[in-house]
Amino acid sequence: MKTLFNNDQLHITLQRLAHQLVENHLDFKDTVIIGIQPRGILLSDRIAELVKNITGNHKIDYGRLDITFYRDDVHKNEIQVPSYTDIQFSVEGKNVILVDDVLHTGRTIRAAMDALIDFGRPKKVELLVLIDRRFSRELPVQPDYVGQTVDTILTQKVKVYWKEKDGKDEVVLMDKVK
Amino acid sequence: MPLSVKHLLGIKELTVQDIHQIFITADNFKQVLQRQIKKVPTLRDTTVANVFFENSTRTRLSFELAEKRIGAEVVNFATSTSSVSKGETLIDTVNNILAMKVDMVVMRHSASGAPWFLAQHIDASIINAGDGTNEHPTQALLDAFSIREKLGDVKGKRIAIIGDIMHSRVALSNIFCLNKLGAEVMVAGPPTLIPKYIESLGVRVEYNVKKALEWCDVANVLRIQLERQHKPLFSTLREYALFYGINSQMLDSLSKEIVIMHPGPINRGVELNSDVANSKQSIILDQVENGVAIRMAVIYLLSGKRDLSMELTKESGA
Repeated sequence: MKTLFNNDQLHITLQRLAHQLVENHLDFKDTVIIGIQPRGILLSDRIAELVKNITGNHKIDYGRLDITFYRDDVHKNEIQVPSYTDIQFSVEGKNVILVDDVLHTGRTIRAAMDALIDFGRPKKVELLVLIDRRFSRELPVQPDYVGQTVDTILTQKVKVYWKEKDGKDEVVLMDKVK
Repeated sequence: MPLSVKHLLGIKELTVQDIHQIFITADNFKQVLQRQIKKVPTLRDTTVANVFFENSTRTRLSFELAEKRIGAEVVNFATSTSSVSKGETLIDTVNNILAMKVDMVVMRHSASGAPWFLAQHIDASIINAGDGTNEHPTQALLDAFSIREKLGDVKGKRIAIIGDIMHSRVALSNIFCLNKLGAEVMVAGPPTLIPKYIESLGVRVEYNVKKALEWCDVANVLRIQLERQHKPLFSTLREYALFYGINSQMLDSLSKEIVIMHPGPINRGVELNSDVANSKQSIILDQVENGVAIRMAVIYLLSGKRDLSMELTKESGA
């Protein structure tokens, strides 16, 4: 097991990601943040909060998207009970920043883009991830903002812990998955 | 596995956990139905056959909408236009439909138990859309879902089911469902329309509608099913309306405001007066709306894991 981020490193990186977003989107007037359920929202909660503090704009549109009904493996695994979607604004003509914790095969992001477009036609969609497992892609998906890029093999697993849910802020790379 | 069953034959077979899973999933589908694009592509690889051996408007329409909005292909079959009138058996009819590569069957039949019989003979998942006077599980689920939506929870609430209990599959499924969810259930109506020994299902019995209304938080009013009554069980519809019909004066005289439900179709002026059916207390149209979300949830959760590699070998071998 290898630690990718300890508590302090994670906080510095979250700050950096938030500043990068503000650098590109300034006051977030036409930009919205959408986290992907279930684990991506723990990251997007933090990012949205940081961006609000940096810009001083506390009215930034922030939503949560569940992609269960858009998966391409519905019948490959056991049927999953969905989380909830909460998007109380229009994405029509907006810049959308999709947020997920780990980018792996790219299939979740494909599903998220399909789900997103059912809510309207965004002007632009960008992707922010904390960990990019860059050699595991099965679809042509590229992130715009990356916390850390790691080279992994399929049997390894990246685990992201959040204080709110798991009692600590930490990201680790595990070698064996049982 | 999210549900403990492969088919939805009756509420009787479901666990409390199953019902909650269906509700959580239906919450999500209800949200989808409120969007501009009321459709998701989830089951685009699934074909569902609606096989209706008995007339139905809203249930069939509701199932068909649910199937289309979850992305499935739909084929419809009604006895009036089929070979059943030429003497084909139930299994033959359904097997023929399945031979056309159908993954799921939604069936309504006038014989109680028909879906159970079918489940023993075919592989596809079966959803019971009403069998005789036995069960109508999706109706009970959408009724309980509507109560949960209106009152926050079903547990501890008092629900009175009023009217033709004897011939009602809605009543039976509702009793099973509400009991499982921890509600108190009462049935009310004329003694001739309440089956003997129904207390053994854990329900109260009341013959005075006014008293039933005074007791309950929710009144689920049922239709008089004249088509199933083969001998006279009350003198006239007018007399029934007089003694068991619900009007707004009755509701106004109660000490609290109760919720009015009806599975439809309503016989206005018989079991329910128009002023009650159209009132603020009535959630009859919410029930219809929730019906689509509940059916999408059931279809989704039953669609299950498939052995895709098997299908491919079969294809290539053919």
